[in-house]
Amino acid sequence: MATETAIEVVMPQMGVSVSEGTITRWLKQEGEHVEADEPLLEISTDKVDTEVPSPGSGTLTQILVQEGETVAVGTKLGRLGGTVADGSAAEPEQAPDEPEAAAAARTSGEAPAGSAAPTTERLEEAQPEPAREASSAGNGKAFVSPVVARIASEHGVDPGRVEGTGKGGRVTKKDILAFVEAGAPAKASAPPAHEAPQPVAQPQAQPAPTQPQPPAKAPPQAAQALEQTGETLPGETVEPMTAMRRGIAEHMRRSLDTSAHVTSAIEVDLSRVVAVRARLKQEYQAAYGVNPTYLAFIAKAAVETLREYPYVNAEIRGDSIVTRSFVNLGFAVELADGKGLIVPVVRNAETMNLLGLAKAIADIAARSRSKQLVPDDVQGGTFTITNPGGYGTFHGTPVISQPQSAILGTYALVKRPWVIEDELGNDVIAIRPIMNITLTYDHRLVDGAYAGRFLKSLRERLEGWEGDEG
Amino acid sequence: MSEMTYLQAISDGLRTEMRRDKRVFLIGEDVGVYGGAFKVSLGFQEEFGPWRVIDAPLAETAIVGGCTGAALMGMRPVAEMQFADFVSCAWDQLVTVAAKQRWRASTPVPIVIRLPSGGGFSGGPFHSQNPESSFAHIPGLKCVCPATPEDAKGLLISAIEDPNPVLYFEHKHLYRRIKAEVPEERYTTPIGKARRHREGDDLSVITWGAMVHTAGEAAAQLESDGVSTEIIDLRTVMPWDRDAVLESVRKTSKVLILHEDTRTGGFGAEIAATIAEEAFEDLDAPVKRIAAPDTPVPFSPPLEKAFIPQVEDVVAGLRELAEY
Repeated sequence: MATETAIEVVMPQMGVSVSEGTITRWLKQEGEHVEADEPLLEISTDKVDTEVPSPGSGTLTQILVQEGETVAVGTKLGRLGGTVADGSAAEPEQAPDEPEAAAAARTSGEAPAGSAAPTTERLEEAQPEPAREASSAGNGKAFVSPVVARIASEHGVDPGRVEGTGKGGRVTKKDILAFVEAGAPAKASAPPAHEAPQPVAQPQAQPAPTQPQPPAKAPPQAAQALEQTGETLPGETVEPMTAMRRGIAEHMRRSLDTSAHVTSAIEVDLSRVVAVRARLKQEYQAAYGVNPTYLAFIAKAAVETLREYPYVNAEIRGDSIVTRSFVNLGFAVELADGKGLIVPVVRNAETMNLLGLAKAIADIAARSRSKQLVPDDVQGGTFTITNPGGYGTFHGTPVISQPQSAILGTYALVKRPWVIEDELGNDVIAIRPIMNITLTYDHRLVDGAYAGRFLKSLRERLEGWEGDEG
Repeated sequence: MSEMTYLQAISDGLRTEMRRDKRVFLIGEDVGVYGGAFKVSLGFQEEFGPWRVIDAPLAETAIVGGCTGAALMGMRPVAEMQFADFVSCAWDQLVTVAAKQRWRASTPVPIVIRLPSGGGFSGGPFHSQNPESSFAHIPGLKCVCPATPEDAKGLLISAIEDPNPVLYFEHKHLYRRIKAEVPEERYTTPIGKARRHREGDDLSVITWGAMVHTAGEAAAQLESDGVSTEIIDLRTVMPWDRDAVLESVRKTSKVLILHEDTRTGGFGAEIAATIAEEAFEDLDAPVKRIAAPDTPVPFSPPLEKAFIPQVEDVVAGLRELAEY
């Protein structure tokens, strides 16, 4: 029987705001040996997809959370070392507890305080904690002091219905005593707040319950959605939403609910950029292994233009407008097979020349696709560029990445018959590489004329590109 | 009744017992001819003679050891440490011998150790401490900490009467600062019985010694805001009046524990733990402690002021509790 100390593998905290993650793949199976820091599993969160390194070396004795499941940060995912289940030495009393604890953590929505890295806990200290009921995170109103709880239960009063005068609206002893004294409704009117969600698909003919139903355990979100829409119809396929998809869904909806989206478009003749790029391409590839993409040229021009139009690189924070002397440039990057979208950020893009920007964009794009981003890579953006033109689309209306004030869209570079002036001042039709570029901006902060001037200035930079740096 | 300072009340209590009981004697450094470093025993040697008011060498071990032996032989010794801080020299005699004698051999050790304690006059690290919690932790010792002249006299008489070793912490900062009416006749103040220094409904302050007066000033300031503060003066920290503390907690549900001793392991921790155990369901706010930081007592007046809890610190603490 193995006697080494067991190490718990827990869902790591990937960034401050991340509260849960989905296991995409276990890279080791039960019974396999793993070295410390060797990749153990892959997880997906609404910020990043990443590999979780093993918190120690030993045998992966137990996988507690299976692939595809989404659990709260801090949830135990598996166990290294300790007593290997060798048939006779299994601990029967512990095994049934574990999935329960994981499920509790999954449904309570409360993320136990976790550190930034996978934490290790000694097994003997890692008894599953009972899931806490109400969220008490930081909200003074939700906290019920011992004396208030006692008075509430003695008088059958729901403290949630008492007006609180304490710190952060907390219900104080005096508040609840006054409430009771003022003749609070007695026990008969049971608090309605804790009713279990009733599945819609329940048979209609069910007689009205004569006694309160025991509160049903809240089903996991995906299952709940299923129940609400009823049975799957023939030909339909159901798959659970990934954490990333849920994150995107939430962010897109919130952005549209927050900003007043308006899109302006401008057509840009990229003849000079095409020429410069053709010249630099060889040199950059040979000397630096970097491809000077059109995106890098546009990013460079955009960063310079932002300097003249600070509100496009700004943010509404409360009642104030925040502008910056720096540009943290986000790039929308699609992950393989439509699995999602991520917006890694090139920090301090205003300090980079064309080569630097090209290199930085290539780096974050590569790391996005190989799941090597760290939480810092996806935070702090001040302006975003999305580039859906690779598929030939010539126009779009992207959604602003909150809390930024604008997003630039670049589209297909198309050779078009273009009316230009010849050296004699006559109109002639020429074949020119034209790109449609859009600016989608938050009209709360940026007006149409300002956006138009931004686009015009951007176009002038690109059309008049001179030399290596524009 | 006559008006006495805290210091005069101590002298009066000691003189009363020495006149009443020939077994009572005083021993300490400079307590005889000089009348004591703080003049508590001024004139005592003239009245009671050199065999009952004994000038000892600078040897606290010898003073306490001698007292223990004399007590075993039927005397009622009162020892004066020139400063409470010096009692650490007598630790072994007190903790190993005096505290355990009765339990070990059923022979009582009725000694009183007078300990001029506390800061507030730039006495620095060796002349300002409040070591009551160290001795309250030792089973077999009693610790009393009077805050008023009346209690100073009554508790000293009780301490001398008590058949156990009693450490009598007299606060130097109160010696001549606090004056009040004190009964002239002999009386005792029970050990282990707290006193309600101020009645109130909203907040409770549990304290003792000089901090009773600090709390009193703070409570008076809060009264103008409409916050009513109750002050429980423990009077003795071992034994301590749990019932009085819990009764006040049950009334107000918000408690501040205040002491001049340093915070960690200070006696306030014991009180806070007891409240959590016994009155958890009566609490409407976290139990709060205000105490000195965990450092030696500084000499520098501004630093000492920052070290010893001040009225404004207590006001701020009480406000925080009131607003919770």
